[in-house]
Amino acid sequence: MSGASFRPSDAVDFLVIGAGSAGGVVAKELSTAGFRVVVLEQGPYLGVKDYKHDEIKYTYQAGLTNDTKVQPITYRKNESEPAKPVKAIMYGRQVGGGSVHFTANYWRFHESDFEERSQFGEVPGAALADWPIKYADLEPYYTKAEYDLGISGLGGANPFEGPRSKPYPLPPMPVKSSGVLFERATKKLGLHPYPAPMAILSQPYQGRAACVHCGFCEYFGCEMRAKSSTLVSVIPIAEKTGRCEIRPNSYVRRIETDAHGHATGVVYFDANRREVFQRAKAVVVCANGAETARLLLLSKSNLFPQGLANSSGLVGKHLMWDNGGLAMGLFEHPLNEYKGIQVTRVIHDYYRADPKRGFYGGAGMDARFNYYPANFALHGMPPNAPKWGAEYKKMLGEYFAHTMTVLGHTSSLAQARNSISLDPDLKDSWGLPAMRVTFDHHPDDIATLKWALTKQIEILEAAGAKKTWTSGITMEEMLPSTHLMGTCRMGNDPKQSVVDRYNRAHDVPNLVIVDGSSFVTAARQQPTATIQALAYRAADYAIQAAKRGELG
Amino acid sequence: MQSTRRLWLSQCVGIAALADIAAAQQHAHEAVKASTPPPFQTLDAATAAEIDAITSQIVPSTDGPGAREAGVVYFIDRALSTFDADLREAYRTGMTGVQQKRKEMFPTSASIAALTSEQQIHLMHAIESTEFFELLRTHTLYGFLGNPSYGGNRDHVGWKLIGLEDRMAYEPPFGYYDALENGNGGGKQ
Repeated sequence: MSGASFRPSDAVDFLVIGAGSAGGVVAKELSTAGFRVVVLEQGPYLGVKDYKHDEIKYTYQAGLTNDTKVQPITYRKNESEPAKPVKAIMYGRQVGGGSVHFTANYWRFHESDFEERSQFGEVPGAALADWPIKYADLEPYYTKAEYDLGISGLGGANPFEGPRSKPYPLPPMPVKSSGVLFERATKKLGLHPYPAPMAILSQPYQGRAACVHCGFCEYFGCEMRAKSSTLVSVIPIAEKTGRCEIRPNSYVRRIETDAHGHATGVVYFDANRREVFQRAKAVVVCANGAETARLLLLSKSNLFPQGLANSSGLVGKHLMWDNGGLAMGLFEHPLNEYKGIQVTRVIHDYYRADPKRGFYGGAGMDARFNYYPANFALHGMPPNAPKWGAEYKKMLGEYFAHTMTVLGHTSSLAQARNSISLDPDLKDSWGLPAMRVTFDHHPDDIATLKWALTKQIEILEAAGAKKTWTSGITMEEMLPSTHLMGTCRMGNDPKQSVVDRYNRAHDVPNLVIVDGSSFVTAARQQPTATIQALAYRAADYAIQAAKRGELG
Repeated sequence: MQSTRRLWLSQCVGIAALADIAAAQQHAHEAVKASTPPPFQTLDAATAAEIDAITSQIVPSTDGPGAREAGVVYFIDRALSTFDADLREAYRTGMTGVQQKRKEMFPTSASIAALTSEQQIHLMHAIESTEFFELLRTHTLYGFLGNPSYGGNRDHVGWKLIGLEDRMAYEPPFGYYDALENGNGGGKQ
């Protein structure tokens, strides 16, 4: 930890809430542009030396994510049910946020993702809408993110992607056996496989070492600094400016406003649970697609009785889910999928929503292995396999090294009935109302999941799998959601959205909100590239607005 | 081969990473060394023997080491003494339930450990759909296949069963099919 140190009574230029995928980017952009920045992060400040190849710590104990023992979450399918404590939402909770433990898939959204409502039409029961921006508005910022953070891939290899101004800065990662089988099968089926774009270094880049293929990406922090988290890429640059202070273990309880409705700073609990008021000229909320909405609802006041920036009533609404089904295939020879990064090949042939299918939706699919040893033993075997005993042990010995996954990343429709709200009864261990999640799938999302699974199985069969099976897709089996999207949607109309096309809150001129909450649609999952492109863009416009004196 | 590997590492990884790998490997070794399990901290010896009997049917010692040789019961004791201390009550009530079932099924038996293997398997079938069994199964598999620093997976017996090498770094080809694709003749297992 290095960087600046500000007093709470100093009104810094920008206060950023959350040091994750978006917050890290925003902190770097603002501080390198000359502004004084404090970043409050509720989780700890860990370094690469703190990370271990330890499945018990990082999957069983969820070592890098929110702990519902201290921050309980309640869940219900709909308003008529009582909400019960369930870990329905999972997010990275440390400096670097979800970018530390994510699988590192780095897909750009397609041009069509920004205008699906116009292209596909209305979907009954859903709030499908166009974004107020187009792919072309975001393209320069996707490119900036790819170069700033370090993304490996093959530009132009995905025929369905929008135009790109530059190739990837780094060549693709080496292909795994799952990628070879997937590529062979999808080509046979007339599809278009391409090397997975990954936020992992295939070669040394900007003083960081290349990946050594240890295999511990998803759920884990990278000990080699090869995964391009904000922790190892942009946050050190922000700190080096001497104008950015990262303050970990700082849990924000409310954003304060003055009589004119301008944000003046935030009240947070420090590591010793003492309340501190940090003054700021402008506030940027990057607390993730679930906690951002909760914080705005917690920040209600006489001037903002429904919650801050919530005159539309849409803060917390339109929560979209991390949808996807797993198809597994067993092969004759060892794949040893535990070695190397998770994903090496992808197809986007089934991505675009096609009215001919009879439902809205689409899927991106990748070849991977989705398991570590204990999780494979617990959840990865065929559903009809024995769960214990001599035969189980024998199968486990055979299946682990011989199995691969085709994961279908599918759409999730925004619906007004799905939300993040404050639980009226349950409190977290700081005494704040717990997060309440209300969510159920749209029938088209279920239809898409099922349809995609048939395509995933078809690929595995074309690859020569000896046996195939699928994971369950009931709501219970799809908890928790780790892609948190939609709860402060972006739009031009203040009655129909929370932030404007530049991620500024319609209701509060010096409040910027940028993370997955801004998403109008969920595309086909893999939100990180778009979260970060939006963060670069929002920071760019915030810098211009601050220079014009608009942010106070 | 050694020089090829070294060349590959220096080209692709960079010299700095070699030190990082060595440091991380050392870190992992020390974590294991520092955690030689003392006798039980939470379980009493009799309960430990009963849990050992059940978990040894989940991953039996047929055709090679199972849960017993991996020290799964030591892992469970560690879990209940530390990160899963709040599950002690679940174990108490869970084991009481299993003992009741045992007495119903085998009235003259003294303990689960004293049952024949065949009787234990019958008992397992009777409890396999309970929540407590799912907890035992979860703990058993984390203890069998998790990081040895928690007292289980002794001598990496779990990883050996599933064919996992324990290394900090690998190099392509990783499996049979990518080896074939890259003209390496395949068969690297």
